[in-house]
Amino acid sequence: MSDLIAARSLMALSLAFHIVFASVGIAMPLLMVVAEERWLRSGDPVWLDLCKRWAKGTAILFAVGAVSGTGLSFQLGLLWPEFMRQAGPVIGLPFAMEGFAFFLEAICLGLYLYGWQKLRPRAHQLAGVGVMLAGIASGVFVIAANAWMNTPRGCRHVDGRFVDVDPIAAMCNPMWLPQAAHMLAATFLAVGFGTAGVHALIVLRRPDSSLHQRALVLALWIGGAAAVLLPLSGDVLAKRVAELQPVKLAAMEGLFASEQPAGLRIGGWPDEAAAVTRYAIELPYLLSFLAHGDFDAKVRGLDEFPRDQWPPVAITHVAFQVMVAVGVLLLLVAITAGLLAWRRRPIVRHRWFLKLLVGCAPLGFLGIEAGWVVTEVGRQPWIVQGVMRTRDAVTPVPNQIVPFCGFALLYGLLFAVVVRLMRRHVFESAEPLVQDAENGHA
Amino acid sequence: MGMPDLPQLVVAVVLVAMIAYVASGGADFGSGVWELFARGPRAEPQVRALREAIAPIWEANHVWLILVVVLLFVCFPMAFAAIMVALHIPVTLMLVGIVLRGAAFVFQSYAAGDHAIEHLSVRLFRIASAITPMALGVVAGAVAGGNIRVDAATGAVTSGAVRPWLLPFPLLVGAMTLGLCTYLAAVYMTLETDGQLREDFRRRALLAGCAVGAIALPAAWVALREAPVIGVPLLTSPWSLPFHVATGVVAVLALVALGRRHFHWARLLAIAQTALILIGWGVAQYPRVLAPDLDLENCAAAPAVLEATLLVLGIGTVLLVPAFVCLYRVFKSG
Repeated sequence: MSDLIAARSLMALSLAFHIVFASVGIAMPLLMVVAEERWLRSGDPVWLDLCKRWAKGTAILFAVGAVSGTGLSFQLGLLWPEFMRQAGPVIGLPFAMEGFAFFLEAICLGLYLYGWQKLRPRAHQLAGVGVMLAGIASGVFVIAANAWMNTPRGCRHVDGRFVDVDPIAAMCNPMWLPQAAHMLAATFLAVGFGTAGVHALIVLRRPDSSLHQRALVLALWIGGAAAVLLPLSGDVLAKRVAELQPVKLAAMEGLFASEQPAGLRIGGWPDEAAAVTRYAIELPYLLSFLAHGDFDAKVRGLDEFPRDQWPPVAITHVAFQVMVAVGVLLLLVAITAGLLAWRRRPIVRHRWFLKLLVGCAPLGFLGIEAGWVVTEVGRQPWIVQGVMRTRDAVTPVPNQIVPFCGFALLYGLLFAVVVRLMRRHVFESAEPLVQDAENGHA
Repeated sequence: MGMPDLPQLVVAVVLVAMIAYVASGGADFGSGVWELFARGPRAEPQVRALREAIAPIWEANHVWLILVVVLLFVCFPMAFAAIMVALHIPVTLMLVGIVLRGAAFVFQSYAAGDHAIEHLSVRLFRIASAITPMALGVVAGAVAGGNIRVDAATGAVTSGAVRPWLLPFPLLVGAMTLGLCTYLAAVYMTLETDGQLREDFRRRALLAGCAVGAIALPAAWVALREAPVIGVPLLTSPWSLPFHVATGVVAVLALVALGRRHFHWARLLAIAQTALILIGWGVAQYPRVLAPDLDLENCAAAPAVLEATLLVLGIGTVLLVPAFVCLYRVFKSG
């Protein structure tokens, strides 16, 4: 394994690991705050119990997200020092903002998790709102930096240096808002369906648990709403990619030759050597419309770009298919839930639907991972689109396989422990409350 | 003296953030180290008090480090890149420590009776709490020590990835950082406890305080001989003698306050001592960012970048200060 591949693998691993926990840190506070609101309004202790259980899970996952995020801020420099040396000042502004947002998030979370007895109820809930807003803000700021790597603005690159740097213009690059909106919607989708799936599992075992029924319905509302919004943000983002990163779009679609009008390929396997995508279902005209809003528009294929500027086509295309499939599937589940809500029988009484939700629990996260693969792999061979190649940014420090293996073990260990702890918390909470009290961990 | 220019302002902010990090986040690591030394009939309550003390605040305290990292790469990108190459190994070690410490802390807090997980995470938490400040100190010592050589035209590091830090001076600074963090933690714990438990931490604070002094003296000697880039200005400038006398007096007064059980004073003086140590480093190194090759002249980012960053820092501080005050008011006394 070359040092470049090792460095890229470690970066991918760290991002893939972090994004799961970061998503939970962003979206879970909304669920907690809503549950707390219901408790404050109704005085019903079940809502309070639910809120505290969610807070417990969030505490574990947030901390892992916080430390792995610290890892990433160092790894940007450890793995890509040349990128940071040149681009650090250009993308620094959103990172500095993210730093403060993260500060506020951590402070509010400390107040929230440990302030049940020390704060008045409304102040406590306000701390939860603070966690949510600061979490959303930090996500949005970090994405500004990533978006700049896709569409660098606010600077000129001259002789290996960025000059005439305008940090505000760099931050407000054209990919920022579409990417941020899409990621936020995906976050609420993944966490909403993830949470709903976990509670569906318990409702299947204990059909009468009012707590888990309420938890399921609330989480499903949030995930379902996100599922409806996601295609809209995705459409805006795809049109931007078509306009500003046409190579990436061509790879996403497995479009080797330009077409006018262009058909949408569903599935299939791009064969880079033969420059053809096999086994795909093709829907005529549709790609032209989706990419450019016009059924007759030309969509540029990979053949219009030099071979050494192609991203890995198969990975990008397949990851994109997975992401879209997840989005469509969860949208169908959300619509199904909406239809079931019209029926007389409550949604939690349809056992087949509960089973479906359990199966869908990890899908949102799979979609997020696939989406980031599209973003990052689809930008290769560039670390800054059209300006700096990834291979020119990598650290000169040799033996990068060593930190890669080390961190792979570390993240593997953490993941295993998190899964084991979450299982314990979930199944413990599946036991009747009376029994909990007897065992002394109510 | 005129108005400070932009790079000077940024340097001042970095210094303040580093002081805040060592005084808050550093002490959180120190708490973990004291768990390693929880002994005797009150070992259990000691450990419990240590954990309760850091639980609500460690994540917020930790963000100071992220702020320092961000300021470095935004405002002094060439120095940041060179540090990340030359100190790849100790920085990676520190990172592993940070990840393990934080994750293990929540794992043991929420182990919910899973003894295998609890046992594993308690051990990892304690060991990582000791390794991280050591590695941080080694990084700081290597940055100050003047053995990271950089081609200022290209940013290329010419001194390799081992030589700049595997030296007596950085290693001594590592030991001293560890000592300082444990000292601060013990001092703070005297205000989190009472009775016999408080006496336990008072004794530990006195011991650790003396240890910091015992490392500081040989470290100064080694700095002068092995790291003259920092040692000479630190010890032979016109300001050196009064400055070190002041630091020494503050350090001794902190120990006296501990001896006489004026714990609020002891905390204030220990923080002042920490600040003075870091300020002394900052002043001695100024205006070099990565001696001897990089200074404020040749590695600061463009004025537009520094201005924007300082603006964000200003706005951020307005939001941050009341939030921190609230956090500490709710969870900490005095």
